[in-house]
Amino acid sequence: MEPHAPPSNGRGLFYVKELVTLDTERQMTRQMTGAKMVVQALKDQGVDTVFGYPGGAVLPIYDEIFQQNDIRHILVRHEQGAVHAAEGYARSTGKVGVALVTSGPGATNAVTGLTDALLDSIPILVITGQVPTFMIGSDAFQEADTVGITRPCTKHNWLAKDTATLAETLHQAFHVASSGRPGPVLVDIPKDVQFASAGYTPPEKTNNTNYQPQMSGDIESINELVEALESAERPVFYTGGGVINSGPKASKLLRELVEATGIPITSTLMGLGAYPASGKHWLGMLGMHGLYEANMAMHDCDLMINIGARFDDRITGLIDAFSPGSKKAHIDIDPSSINKVIKTDIPIVGDVASVLDDILKVWKARGRNINREAIANWTGQINEWRKVDCLKFTQQGKTIKPQYALKRLEELTKSHDRYITTEVGQHQMWAAQYLNFEDPNRWMTSGGLGTMGYGFPASIGVQMAHPESLVINVAGEASWLMNMQEMGTAVQFRLPVKQFILNNERLGMVRQWQELLHGERYSHSWSEALPDFVKLAEAFGAKGILCSDPADLDDAIMEMINHDGPVIFDCLVEKHENCFPMIPSGKPHNEMLLGEASTQGAIEAGGAVLV
Amino acid sequence: MAALKIKKGSTKHSAYNLRPNFSDVQESHTLAVVVDNEPGVLARVIGLFSGRGYNIESLTVAEIDHTGHHSRITVVTKGTPQVIEQIKAQLGRIVPVHEVHDLTVEGAAVERELALLKVAGAGDKRVEALRLADIFRANVVDSTLESFVFEITGTSEKIDAFADLMRPLGLVEVARTGVAALSRGSE
Ligand SMILES: Cc1ncc(C[n+]2csc(CCOP(=O)(O)OP(=O)(O)O)c2C)c(N)n1
Ligand SMILES: [Mg+2]
Repeated sequence: MEPHAPPSNGRGLFYVKELVTLDTERQMTRQMTGAKMVVQALKDQGVDTVFGYPGGAVLPIYDEIFQQNDIRHILVRHEQGAVHAAEGYARSTGKVGVALVTSGPGATNAVTGLTDALLDSIPILVITGQVPTFMIGSDAFQEADTVGITRPCTKHNWLAKDTATLAETLHQAFHVASSGRPGPVLVDIPKDVQFASAGYTPPEKTNNTNYQPQMSGDIESINELVEALESAERPVFYTGGGVINSGPKASKLLRELVEATGIPITSTLMGLGAYPASGKHWLGMLGMHGLYEANMAMHDCDLMINIGARFDDRITGLIDAFSPGSKKAHIDIDPSSINKVIKTDIPIVGDVASVLDDILKVWKARGRNINREAIANWTGQINEWRKVDCLKFTQQGKTIKPQYALKRLEELTKSHDRYITTEVGQHQMWAAQYLNFEDPNRWMTSGGLGTMGYGFPASIGVQMAHPESLVINVAGEASWLMNMQEMGTAVQFRLPVKQFILNNERLGMVRQWQELLHGERYSHSWSEALPDFVKLAEAFGAKGILCSDPADLDDAIMEMINHDGPVIFDCLVEKHENCFPMIPSGKPHNEMLLGEASTQGAIEAGGAVLV
Repeated sequence: MAALKIKKGSTKHSAYNLRPNFSDVQESHTLAVVVDNEPGVLARVIGLFSGRGYNIESLTVAEIDHTGHHSRITVVTKGTPQVIEQIKAQLGRIVPVHEVHDLTVEGAAVERELALLKVAGAGDKRVEALRLADIFRANVVDSTLESFVFEITGTSEKIDAFADLMRPLGLVEVARTGVAALSRGSE
């Protein structure tokens, strides 16, 4: 333990102050220490799991955790792991994920996870310990300016300086994290505030009036959108993570709208599962590594309906050439997303579920009109694009193609109650392309920040939330090593997470860019001195499986699924496979590279497809 | 690599060459931002400007409602219309921000700034400085036999003009408050 320096002011370092108040109302509120308030507030907010790592500045809170059984604490092996696990928990449940870390290094280790959650709009609460208030600013042991450091990487943060307002701050933190555009929040709690006592404010007495984002969309704009939808000849839905963040109702309404109108739908990486991959109108993912038909539809459409996506640069490619002929509608709960990158003709600020509900109502009331004939032609065109079969690959010889590995994984796990997380790189894009998602909250990946090391701890968070489900982290060997210490967590808590590593012994995505854009100079993009993953698994007390022969793949995957415990699956794959399709950076959608899948037909269909 | 028709050895390809084709006319706007007066709120606002690469031409802040603990931040910023819209929307996202007003577009507004200018000199220059101060309705708030401190209020342009005139007359130091602004009328 790291004791703080003795107090210099003679007040006693960690004094416990019993508040005696004669005020009758205050007497009704329960008196408790700040540390106990933390646990009580978490319980009152319905939290059942906390991912954390102890240290001097959070010991009073750990003491309270020790003395109760309602909240399960998962001891991670690195604070970054705690935050990603909380993210995985949040994404797979729709609830706020919670991480608890100590001051100084504990807090700075949480920064990557906070930034990741900020960019992907994931509701999490990180509670950090801080040195006692009277030592703040003195460069005390393990002091860091946590609220200063995390200000730009949280939606909001608080330094809780007073036990009397701590409970209210924690409840407000939950409110801010989960309402409007969700995001990460942080509450920094000095150690003396944890020790002192005050009255506990329950959630229902908390004042949240300061932050009330607009939920329902402007009805005039909604009417305008419905009118555009009725007459559109080549409409497309472009959906994103906002649909999933809005909740299951949003996905349900989206499906209803798509089925009723017959309008084709694509999604960003973050939005996969909101509309089922098996759905008739599904175009697949769009963007830099999106499907040919999805990107072509975006480029050639006359009405683009953006629902909870944000025109990210991985989606738009060259802005000047982005969908040049279309009218654009944009539904987003965050007004700053609208007109940030792409000029919008019909902006609608509001919650996706609420706006979709209104769109459906208005559209039905106006007689369910749609330009059927034009949309049939449009669907015909899209079907021509589909024929390019941009994800085609051939598995031959003795080496496993990564695409083949994922295809088999999909085939053998699709009937399971399955959750997928990923790391970052080629494997992530292949997972998005070759795995099919039928429901929201089943796909957890680091989209905005692209954080290598996300997937493994996230899979732990998901497994905690869904103990009976099959949780698979599709990983690259390099990313996986970034948070491999979490094997200890998986084994300790008997979390049967499956680490499906597509091992190409390369920083594959970096290697691909070097091949395509940097004259094939492969500067530091290979994985040397890799561990023997099977032995590594065994060293942690888990199971390791090595597979290098396509003929053994199915049996090996089945062995992984059937093993009741964590597994590291070392799948040796083709080392120099590139991920296609690819829109080279700064190129328009219709100049997509199809790589090995390119065909004569593609050139005819696309007109300008580079080969 | 054949597919991209990029020559071996070339390097100048970036993913971030993606500027949109919005208008690039630079406009100056005065924004009034009403915030909770809590620790760190100014850092949030300033951090937003620096983090997202926006300009701050002038910034003033003070508590305006001592019971409600509200502060008003007046910020003069410059950018294309699209950037100004973004700044307002991004300010609106900050949790302790209550209101964002663009005084430049929300009808007529009064803008005032206060400045103190120290001017040292003797003889004709000293007389001329005093004469000009009179024309600009600047007050003398401190005086020695070799110097004056003038206090002047007005628009930023008026203060710029006064400072320019004082420069050859012995301007030593300037302190400016930055702009405070309110919309005209009863609302
Ligand atoms: C923390 C972090 N550092 C660096 C990068 C840049 N980066 C993106 S993909 C990648 C290579 C990933 O290699 P691997 O995990 O083996 O996946 P592969 O592409 O080979 O499938 C790197 C280094 C990143 N995204 N995140
Ligand atoms: Mg790799």
